[in-house]
Amino acid sequence: MSESHKQSSRPDGAAFVIAAILAGLALVIIWQTSQMRVLPVQAKVGPTVFPYLVAGGMLVLAVGTVISGLRHGLPVRTPDNIRPILWVVGGLVAQILLLSTAGFSIATGFLFALTARGFGRGKLWQTIPIGMVFGLIVWFIFAKGLQLSLPQGPIERFLTTGNL
Amino acid sequence: MDTFGLLAQGLVSALQWQNLIYAFIGVTLGTAVGVLPGIGPALTVALLLPVTYKLDPGGSLIMFAGIYYGGMYGGSTTSILLNTPGESTSIVTAIEGNKMARAGRGGPALATAAIGSFVAGLIATLALAFIAPWVVKFALSFGPSDYFALMVLAFVTVSAAFGDSALRGLTSLFIGLGLGLIGIDLQSGQTRLAFGIPDLLDGIEVTTLAVALFAIGETLKTCGDPEQFKEEVLAVKGSVWMTIEDWRRSWPAWLRGTAIGFPIGAMPAGGADVSSFLAYSAEKTFSKKPEEFGKGAIEGVAGPEAANNASAAGTLVPLLTLGLPTTATAAIMLAGFQQFGLQPGPLLFANNAPLVWALIASLLVANLMLLVLNLPLIGMWVRLLTIPKHWLYAGILVFATLGTIGANSTMSIAIGPVRLSFELILLLVFGVLGYILRRYSYPIAPVVVGLILGPMAEQQLRRALAISQGDWSVLFHTPISLVLYAVAIVAVGLPITLRLRGRGAVLHQLASDED
Repeated sequence: MSESHKQSSRPDGAAFVIAAILAGLALVIIWQTSQMRVLPVQAKVGPTVFPYLVAGGMLVLAVGTVISGLRHGLPVRTPDNIRPILWVVGGLVAQILLLSTAGFSIATGFLFALTARGFGRGKLWQTIPIGMVFGLIVWFIFAKGLQLSLPQGPIERFLTTGNL
Repeated sequence: MDTFGLLAQGLVSALQWQNLIYAFIGVTLGTAVGVLPGIGPALTVALLLPVTYKLDPGGSLIMFAGIYYGGMYGGSTTSILLNTPGESTSIVTAIEGNKMARAGRGGPALATAAIGSFVAGLIATLALAFIAPWVVKFALSFGPSDYFALMVLAFVTVSAAFGDSALRGLTSLFIGLGLGLIGIDLQSGQTRLAFGIPDLLDGIEVTTLAVALFAIGETLKTCGDPEQFKEEVLAVKGSVWMTIEDWRRSWPAWLRGTAIGFPIGAMPAGGADVSSFLAYSAEKTFSKKPEEFGKGAIEGVAGPEAANNASAAGTLVPLLTLGLPTTATAAIMLAGFQQFGLQPGPLLFANNAPLVWALIASLLVANLMLLVLNLPLIGMWVRLLTIPKHWLYAGILVFATLGTIGANSTMSIAIGPVRLSFELILLLVFGVLGYILRRYSYPIAPVVVGLILGPMAEQQLRRALAISQGDWSVLFHTPISLVLYAVAIVAVGLPITLRLRGRGAVLHQLASDED
C-alpha cells in the first residue's frame, strides 16, 4: 500500500499529459461558454458564471500538476498488462455493436466471454455459449420479471413468441 | 412530537412485513458485495437504482440503507480472511485481522468485527435520530450563501482534506464539476456543453458515471494488474467464539471506535476510511499490550470496525438533514432520493416525516439482521470468496451494462444500419476514465460527488448572487458561512502542514478512493 504511493524523484511525463488534458478541457468549457448568448440582466449571475469558475479552477489545477510533475511526479506505478485490458474493452465494444440487432443475450454473451478471457480464461467457444445462457437468464428475470426494457434479438423473440 | 415518539412511529412502520423484506434484501446484498472484492456499496446502490424505479420509494430507500450498512459488515470478512479489503474502509482491519486469522484466531476476529459493528451501528443510529432534528432546526435558518459555503466545505473535505494529495483530489472533484455543467441549465433554459447531442441535454446520469467509474474502471484495473493472482483465502480454524479475555479487550475498543467514527462521518470530515484509520491509531495508543499490535491484536480489529460502521451512520446526518452527500455511496443514495422526487434536507423532515423516521428506524432493524446474518452464517459468506475471478468480473460487467441499458434503452446513435446505445458508449468512456484515474492514484469519490453536488452548489450560488444583485461579498456576510469557510481552510491546511512536517506517511495510509 505505502510502497505504491512513493513519489518518484524525476520529472514525470504522465503528469504533463494529464495537465495538458485538464487545460484542454478547461479551454473547451471556456470556448463553449463564450458562445452562449446571455441576456445583459444575466451577465453577473447567469448560466455562464459557474462554467467560468470551474474552467478557471481546472486551469489552476493544470498548472499545479505541471509543478508537481517537475518536482516529484505522480506516485510510482507498476506497469499494467495492456492485453487483458484490451480484451475487456473489446467485450464492451462488442456488446455495444451487437445489442440492437442481435439482442441482449447474444451481445451479453460476447461481453461475458471476452471479459473472462481478459482474466485469463481462454476457450471462447466455451465461454460465449455460457455467457449467452447467463444473459438469457438475466434477460428473463429483469425484462419479464422486473419489466426493464432490454433489447430483444432472435433468441428472445423465439423463446417468447415462437418465431424469429 | 418528541424524537422518541417519532422514532417509535418509525419502528412500527419499519416492522411492517414489506419493509422488513426490503431491509432483508438490502442487508443480504450489502453483505455479499461487501465480501466480494472489487464491488462496494456505492456500485451496488447505483446498479439497483434503475431496477427500483417502479418500486415503493420508502422500501427502496430502506433497501439502499441496508446495503450501505451491510457493505460495512461484509468488508471486514474479506480483510480478515483474504488480506485484501473487500472495500476501502476495511484496509485497516486487514492489518490485525489477517494476522489473527493466520494464527488460527479467525473466528474471534470475525466475531469482534460483527459484534463491534452491531454495537457501533446501534449507538450511532440512535445518535443520528437524536441529532438530526436538532441539525434540521439549525439548517432551517440557512440562506443560499450559507448553503453554498456548506457545499464548498463538503467539496474540500471529500477531495482534499485527507488522502495523500490535495492536488489530485481537487482534480478529481473538478472533473466531476465539469461533467455536472453538461445539459440544459434549469434556471435559464440554456443548453451548456451538449455539443448538439440530444442525449446530453438531460445531463450526465449519476448512475452511469458511478457504475462506469466503479465497476468498469475497477475491472480494467484488476485485469491489468500483473499481481492479481497472488491471494489465498484462509479457512476459519478453531473456535468462532470469543473468550472472556477477548470480550474484556473488545468492548472498550468498540465504544472508542464509535466515539471516533460517528462525529467524523457526521461532520463531514471525510469517509469511513479516515475514521477506521484514526480508530486504529487510538487503539494502538491506549492498548495495555501494544507489543501485540502488528501480530494480531483484537483491539485493532474491534476499534476500526466499530468506527467504520459508526461513520456510515454519521454520514446520514448531513445527507438527510442538509441534502449533503460526503461519500460516494451517500451521493448515489441522494440520486436515489431524487429519483423518487424527494429532496433530502430540512424540508424532508417536515414534509415526509413518516418516511424519514421509518428509514432511520429500519437502520436499527437492519443492524440486528446483520448481526444474525454475519455471526452464524459466516461460512456461507466465506464461500463467496472462492468464486473464480474471471466469472466474478464477467458477471459484474453484465450487471453493470444491464443497469445502464435498463435505465435508458434508447438506441439513439446510428452508424449505417447499426443502432447503438449512447448511454453504453458513455459507460465505456467513463470506464476508461475510471481506469486512468486509478492508474495514476486519483481518487474516484470526488468525481461522483462533484457531478451531483456541483449543480446544487451552482443553484445556491446564483440564488445568493441574485439576492445581492451580483455582489460577491454576500457570500461572506453571515457568521455561519464564515465559520464554514474557516473549517474548510483548516481542512485543507492541516494535512498540508502535517505533510511539510514529515508526517506524510500517516496521510498516505489514509488515502483511499472508494465508498
